Amino acid sequence: MKSLALLVLGMGLVTYIPRMLPMVLLGKVNLHPFLSRFLQFIPFAALSALIVPGILSSTNSTTSAVAGGVAASILAFFRLNVMFVVLGGILGVFFWELWLTP
Amino acid sequence: MGKNTLTSEHLGPFLEGVKAGLPVAMGYIPIAIAFGLLAKSNGVPIAISVSMSLFIFAGASQFVGVSLLTAGAAYWEIITATFLLNLRHFLMSASLSPRLAANTPKRHLAILAYGLTDETFSVASLRPEKTLSFPFILGLNLIAFSAWNVGTWAGFILGTGLPGSVRSSMGIALYAMFLGLLIPAAKNSHPALVVVLLAGGIHALLQSLPRLASFSSSWGIVISTVLAAAIGALLFPEEGKAV
Repeated sequence: MKSLALLVLGMGLVTYIPRMLPMVLLGKVNLHPFLSRFLQFIPFAALSALIVPGILSSTNSTTSAVAGGVAASILAFFRLNVMFVVLGGILGVFFWELWLTP
Repeated sequence: MGKNTLTSEHLGPFLEGVKAGLPVAMGYIPIAIAFGLLAKSNGVPIAISVSMSLFIFAGASQFVGVSLLTAGAAYWEIITATFLLNLRHFLMSASLSPRLAANTPKRHLAILAYGLTDETFSVASLRPEKTLSFPFILGLNLIAFSAWNVGTWAGFILGTGLPGSVRSSMGIALYAMFLGLLIPAAKNSHPALVVVLLAGGIHALLQSLPRLASFSSSWGIVISTVLAAAIGALLFPEEGKAV
C-alpha cells in the first residue's frame, strides 16, 4: 500500500512537470516569430491528431463512430453550441447502433 | 490566502469557465466511471484509485497505469510510460502560455497547469478572446477535475458500468467535443485548415504503419502535432495575424 502510494505520487509528478514547466517559465519571454507562430498552430494540430484516427475506435463499431462523427461535424459546421454537438454525436451513435446494427 | 482569494469581480469569468467546461465534464463522467470499475476489478485499493484521479488527473495514464500494474510491470516502467504519454501536454502548456494575462502570478500559473488536459486545453485554446484570465481557466479546470473525481468514486462504489449501448454512444462524447471546437475555429481559416489536415493525415499514417504501432501510441500525437504546426508556421509565417 505504501509503495503503491509512492507510485501514484511518482506518476503525478511526471504528469505535472510537463504541464507546469512551459506555463510557469515561458511567461514573459519574447519568442522568436517562428516559435510564436508554431505555438499558435498547436491547438489545431493537437486536436486534429487527437481526433484522427482515435474517433474510429471510440464506440462499438467503426461505422457507428463514423455516424456519430458525421452528425457532430455537421452540427459543428453550423456553429451550434458545443453541448449540442456532443449530444448530436452521442445520439448519432446511439440510433445508428439501435436501428442499423444487426 | 490573502491575494489569492477570489473576489466578486472574478466570479463572472469563473462561472463562464465552469460553463465552458460542462461538455468536458459530461464527457469525463463515463470514462471516469470506467476507470473506477477497471481499478476495482483489478484489485486496486479504493484509496489508491481515488488518489490517482486526485493526484494524476490524466485519463490515458491512469488506464495504462492500472493495466501495467495488473500485468506486473516494474514501477519505473509505469512511471516512464506515464511520462511519455503526457509529453504532449508540454506542447499544450507552451501554446497556452502566451494567451494567459501577462500579470498572472507564477503561483497561479502553477495551479492552472495542474488542470491542463487534452480537453481543458482544447476548450481554453480555441476561445475567441485573445487573453485568458486566471478565474476563467480555474472554473474550466475545476468542473473537469470534479467530474473526473466524482466519476471515479461512482465507478468504484457502484461497481457497475453504464449499459453497453449507452457506454458505446458516450464513447464519442469527447471526440464530438473536439469536433465542435475545432470545426468552427478552422473552417474560415485557410492556414488552420491546412494544419488540421496535415496533423490528422500524419497521425493516421503513423498509426497505420504496423511496425510503428506500439511506438506511435505515445509518440504519434507529439510527432504529428509538432510536424503539422511547424509546417504551418513555415507556410504561413504572418506574425501577429490571428490564425
